[in-house]
Amino acid sequence: MDLTQQHFIALLPLLITSATILVVMLGIAWRRNHTQSFLLSVVGLNLALLSLIPALQVAPLHVTALLTVDRFACFFMALILVATLACVTLAHAYLGEKQGKGYPGNREELYLLMLLAAAGGLVLVSAQHLAGLFIGLELLSVPTYGLVAYAFFDKRSLEGGIKYMVLSAAGSAFLLFGMALLYADAGTLSFAGIGAVLAPAALPGPLVQLGMGMMLVGLAFKLSLVPFHLWTPDVYEGAPAPVAAFLATASKVAAFAVLLRLFQISPAAATPALHDLLTIIAVASILFGNLLALLQSNLKRLLGYSSIAHFGYLLVALVASQGLAVEAVGVYLATYVLTTLGAFGVITLMSTPYNGRDCDALYEYRGLFWRRPYLTAVLAVMMLSLAGIPLTAGFIGKFYIIAVGVQAQLWWLLGALVIGSAIGVFYYLRVMVTLFLMEPNLRRHDAPFNWGQRAGGMMLLLVAVLAFVLGVYPQPLLAMLSTITLG
Amino acid sequence: MILPWLILIPFIGGLLCWLAERRSLTLPRWLALATMGLELLLGLWLWHQGDFQLAPGGGREPSWELEFKYGWIERFGISIHLALDGLSLLMILLTGLLGVLSVLCSWREIQNHVGFFHLNLMWILGGVVGVFLALDLFLFFFFWEMMLVPMYFLIALWGHSAADGKTSRINAATKFFIYTQASGLIMLVAILGLVLANFHSSGVLTFDYALLLKAELAPGVEYILMLGFFIAFAVKLPVVPLHSWLPDAHAQAPTAGSVDLAGILLKTAAYGLLRFGVPLFPNASAEFAPIAMGLGVLGIIYGALLAFAQTDIKRLVAYTSVSHMGFVLIGIYSGSQLALQGVVIQMLAHGLSAAALFILCGQLYERLHTRDLREMGGLWCRLNYLPGVMLFFAAASLGLPGTGNFVGEFLILLGTFKVAPLITVIATGGLVLASVYSLIMIQRAFYGPAKAEGQLRGLDGRELAMLLSLIGLLLWLGVYPQPALDTSYASMHGVQQWLEAAFSQLITAR
Repeated sequence: MDLTQQHFIALLPLLITSATILVVMLGIAWRRNHTQSFLLSVVGLNLALLSLIPALQVAPLHVTALLTVDRFACFFMALILVATLACVTLAHAYLGEKQGKGYPGNREELYLLMLLAAAGGLVLVSAQHLAGLFIGLELLSVPTYGLVAYAFFDKRSLEGGIKYMVLSAAGSAFLLFGMALLYADAGTLSFAGIGAVLAPAALPGPLVQLGMGMMLVGLAFKLSLVPFHLWTPDVYEGAPAPVAAFLATASKVAAFAVLLRLFQISPAAATPALHDLLTIIAVASILFGNLLALLQSNLKRLLGYSSIAHFGYLLVALVASQGLAVEAVGVYLATYVLTTLGAFGVITLMSTPYNGRDCDALYEYRGLFWRRPYLTAVLAVMMLSLAGIPLTAGFIGKFYIIAVGVQAQLWWLLGALVIGSAIGVFYYLRVMVTLFLMEPNLRRHDAPFNWGQRAGGMMLLLVAVLAFVLGVYPQPLLAMLSTITLG
Repeated sequence: MILPWLILIPFIGGLLCWLAERRSLTLPRWLALATMGLELLLGLWLWHQGDFQLAPGGGREPSWELEFKYGWIERFGISIHLALDGLSLLMILLTGLLGVLSVLCSWREIQNHVGFFHLNLMWILGGVVGVFLALDLFLFFFFWEMMLVPMYFLIALWGHSAADGKTSRINAATKFFIYTQASGLIMLVAILGLVLANFHSSGVLTFDYALLLKAELAPGVEYILMLGFFIAFAVKLPVVPLHSWLPDAHAQAPTAGSVDLAGILLKTAAYGLLRFGVPLFPNASAEFAPIAMGLGVLGIIYGALLAFAQTDIKRLVAYTSVSHMGFVLIGIYSGSQLALQGVVIQMLAHGLSAAALFILCGQLYERLHTRDLREMGGLWCRLNYLPGVMLFFAAASLGLPGTGNFVGEFLILLGTFKVAPLITVIATGGLVLASVYSLIMIQRAFYGPAKAEGQLRGLDGRELAMLLSLIGLLLWLGVYPQPALDTSYASMHGVQQWLEAAFSQLITAR
């Protein structure tokens, strides 16, 4: 296959991100400087984001057999790049701007790893071939092991990193086995090819079903769906806050996007067995995620469990796989990314600069409102958004998911969603009311006073404003998303 | 353009209150008072200059006194569609009035974070006004859910924990929130079901009231969707098996919170039934009417019995609300014009009398620092004015002729008797129970041997003015309810047309 200029334009976001990785690496080799690495990464990510505009002009376009750049891919690329940008900005604040204060080890490599993982995400969302999927997923996962264990002198961070590595590798093994089984039956690795081979048969053979099931297990590990969720709370707790934000947003978005593409293009998922399996996973994720979050006293663990529940909600759209489903996933992921970034952003700023342990115990947030009203308002808006209360972006996402569920008449899943949301409200409110209670005398952590004027703080305020604006006037986002199609 | 301003004024006023807290502690109070005063004046002005002959009704295009429409989320055919008829106007007047009163009654009670308190108070009222005006179902749901958050804060942050320590204010607030949130989601599912069913039959994706009224639904679907709406409204009204959040929320809320909860928030549910629940699904509602009326009777008796058994005076008043709302439920589903008009009077009168009783409870608490009836007794000679005023409102609550409550209950019972004699007879028994619990409350609190010596602080000018104005209004409603009846006539006539058509269809079907 010849690569023309068109193909390069379509690949620009990925190419620019990869170039940024090289530049940052060479920059570190030439001179270790925290601010320099940060600026290079930010400039690169912004350029990659801008390059989506020309890429959209040529979409949809197949670039090699592995990748396809269509509007769907472009949207999720944008989401991943924005999330990475936000995480990089948060990381800069978190590691500490001045030498000698903040993170004691080498700071620069964090950006390198994050960029690598982002590149993996970009590959993943545009994959149209099982090989592309696997390359993307590994490129996304392997740097993430390093990121989770970045604060390796802290026991919990190291433990989280190792746990994530072992379980992620197990997930990858499942994924590979599933692919092999699928290949044995279909004889091709491209999504469309698998779809075409399997379409004539009314019911795919047992090998295909097993293969799809195993792939689902592999991806469910990455998405931390019940019962493959056991790593989530520990890893979220152990990982440094900006890394946890990255795990919860960019990494999950990419994995879910590829899952959606696979299910949309290859009709193998339409078999009753897989359909039931997905339904059970969805109901279990919604209920267990919410129930386990109920009594958490650690904010990062709580957000980890809540993310399990949120991906359970998202599965409702995946099970429906018709009508509004693709659009709904887009809207939900966009609002979820925004909200999660906001929530982890507040945790990051509260723990800034790094001093051994993140500020993640709930009691440390007691009465925060009365001394940091705006920072707390951000966290409160994020909690409301996660709970899906009107005036916040999360409500629009939940509205879409319910619309899809009603459209596809998935009453059991909707029932689970309603119950799950009701349970969820309990712990989101618990966090929220903590922020407004009377202050204790003892405090260990506090955000710097001028947090609002720094890059991380400004980014956070922007996220909060966006979450509010999208909740009140979502029309632009919806208009944009109604055009995302798989090409 | 006045309709969006009715909603925006409380929201803007609330923000100003919050910002004003830095200047001084009394400025937010004055700002909130001015905001709600403006809201009330606007409502009165609208009342004065309109004649309210226009209202939606069965078998014709809905018409409105005032209407406002602006595109919002075109993707789903959602618009900011507001409209006003007699019913919504009366509810807005009640909101404005109780808004003023809730600012006044927290003048001394709230001393912490005054600005943020008034922000929440104003936002609740703004959300409630939105509910009373919204015609787009999405917008309606938006406001319906939105007012929960500030209410939650009001109870959780400024509430009182129960003396026995069994229910803390945070638990009460959370319980309130979860009940209403879960039932709200069921309503959202029903709304979407209705919208998509309409989309399938007509090909138009819309959330607009006027278009959805014409949706053609299969009988089974209509019934299920109606239940979805009914559950949400039944939780908030409350209807008996779903009422258990109410006593906790009331007892733990600060006075202003209780006033708003009992006075206005419960009315949003009755309003929702009258505006959406019945008109959108008239046939299913007609079929469901006997069950709903049965639940209403159950609420009347059960609420009254439980009120009698309470020792916490605020819980007692809270259970009386359950009982009174049972009458509203019976009236709505009776489908008679007389009863429906009675429902409106009952809503207004209960709003005023329950608000007054909660204000009185708050004033008692400020003086005695307890709400336990067992620790009261013999207060009649230790307090100026307050016991007498309380006696008046207790009498109003038991439906004494001359007060608005009597007119409301009487009209409801009279109208329902023709339709469902048995239900009416049992419900009338509720009036006897009402006198029992009202009088026992007065007896336990004010008569008998005094528990302590010494005169307590009497009512001051502010407190007395609030209560006297409520007494005046209740008497006015009781002696000359005609203006309110005229204003709501067209709206209630519309509801009656829907139900009448559905009832006659039901009879021929049988």
